[in-house]
Amino acid sequence: MTLLLNVKDLRAYYGQVQALHGLSFSLNEGSLTTLLGANGAGKTTTLRAICNMVRSTGGIEFDGKPLNNRSTESIVRFGIAHVPQGRGTFTTMTVEENLQLGAITRKDNAGIVSDIERMYAHFPVLKQRHTQQAGTLSGGEQQMLAVARALMLRPRLMLLDEPSFGLAPLVVRDLFGILGKINREDKVSILVVEQNAQLALELADQAYVIETGRIVMSGNAKDIANNEEIRKSYLGY
Amino acid sequence: MELFTNQVLAGIATGAIYACMALAVVMIYQAIDHLNFAQGEMAMFSTFISWQLMQWGVPYWGAFLITLVLSFIGGIAIERILFKPLAKAPVLTNVAGFIALFSIINSSAGLIWDFTIKQYPTPFGSSPFLGSQLVSTHQAGMIGVTVLLLLGLYFFFQYTRIGLAMRAAASVPESARLVGINTSWMIALGWGMASAIGSIAGMLIAPVVFLEPNMMGGVLIYGFAAAVLGGLTSPFGAVVGGFLVGIFENLAGTYIPGVGNELKLPIALALIISVLVVKPAGLFGRHIVKRV
Repeated sequence: MTLLLNVKDLRAYYGQVQALHGLSFSLNEGSLTTLLGANGAGKTTTLRAICNMVRSTGGIEFDGKPLNNRSTESIVRFGIAHVPQGRGTFTTMTVEENLQLGAITRKDNAGIVSDIERMYAHFPVLKQRHTQQAGTLSGGEQQMLAVARALMLRPRLMLLDEPSFGLAPLVVRDLFGILGKINREDKVSILVVEQNAQLALELADQAYVIETGRIVMSGNAKDIANNEEIRKSYLGY
Repeated sequence: MELFTNQVLAGIATGAIYACMALAVVMIYQAIDHLNFAQGEMAMFSTFISWQLMQWGVPYWGAFLITLVLSFIGGIAIERILFKPLAKAPVLTNVAGFIALFSIINSSAGLIWDFTIKQYPTPFGSSPFLGSQLVSTHQAGMIGVTVLLLLGLYFFFQYTRIGLAMRAAASVPESARLVGINTSWMIALGWGMASAIGSIAGMLIAPVVFLEPNMMGGVLIYGFAAAVLGGLTSPFGAVVGGFLVGIFENLAGTYIPGVGNELKLPIALALIISVLVVKPAGLFGRHIVKRV
């Protein structure tokens, strides 16, 4: 198991307000890790700090290389694909253009074309709608598109911010099934932030629980799911 | 009837120029959400550069191409030096920046080339086009060059990776950064292209309005009218708006008694206000809905 992402003593700020208070965690290559916590705990901020979209201090290392002080667009080139909250769809562009944009930093045209076909195999609904404006897709379809767009980078690490948000339970099951498959078959490491703790713990192998900008619990996802005390006090189910 | 056809064709010819100006304005508006009041002055300065090159003996099309390249670089330089630092500043600060740019360019042109009116050559001649009395070769040339330019731009934005990246950066900047697009340079590139498009408009209209530092004032107002009519969020709308405004301007000047040449400009302004009152998003624009 090699260490892929190592976050040490991360502090993040929105203006004068400090949102993360010295948060440390790590993620192994090939793992599917989840960050859990209530509203406002700092889950989204953690993902944003990794991509330098919020002012932060502390150490963020990816594959042994420091990410601090690099621009968001250059961090993408390390192979980190971030699916933001709200999905970040390019709503006025077609589905296929959205996929092409996911691969905009790649130069291998043949690979991009075959990857678009691969995404259509993963998500058949996107193939049906490939010439349609992405903004006309349903919430679930847009989330599929966002995941597919991220995969077009051929990322080593995928950051997902609340992929279940606003989706019907059945669609969420479907989506999480696909995420597990991508993790196993395409060997993409995944860090997923979720409020739906039950579902995330079923999917993940590793879990961290955040409370007010600090890690309060970490361990094997199954152990955390089976520990009634943790479940009741932090995860609310 | 011949007068009508004549006026419509002449309207399409000047409309082509308005379409270029509107397109330049819309490109910058899409990138930074501000109207570039200095777009006309930038075009005027470019036109003076091409005139100077021709004075030094460079042939027309050589001067045309060199001016395109210089305008492109100049547009990028203006963005990097003046507007990149203002990116997060309030609207009024940006407006002040545009007005400053307007007067700096206008006065510099006056200082370098003085305010006397100069003849500007046309490579197309001004004889009747294909033996028809309806439209002159220069007018046909204006339309032809504009159509080529529009086709080229359409191809660029629709089928090239960099065009796709520019559209993405303009529509959802944060997502564009997250797929690895350097949005800041995309904005600079947009400025460069807008400046080059403006220079084409300037060089094509100069034989008609003659070359002097204030030559683009009226043209830019028509360009704004075109952009507002078509919708500030739609490059396609801006182009259609340009042609419509050109035709409307000519027909109003011919058929509405008392308008003539003197009242043509107020008509453009009246058009801007009417569109903003009746259909603020323009003919092809998107309604912008903001969550609060």
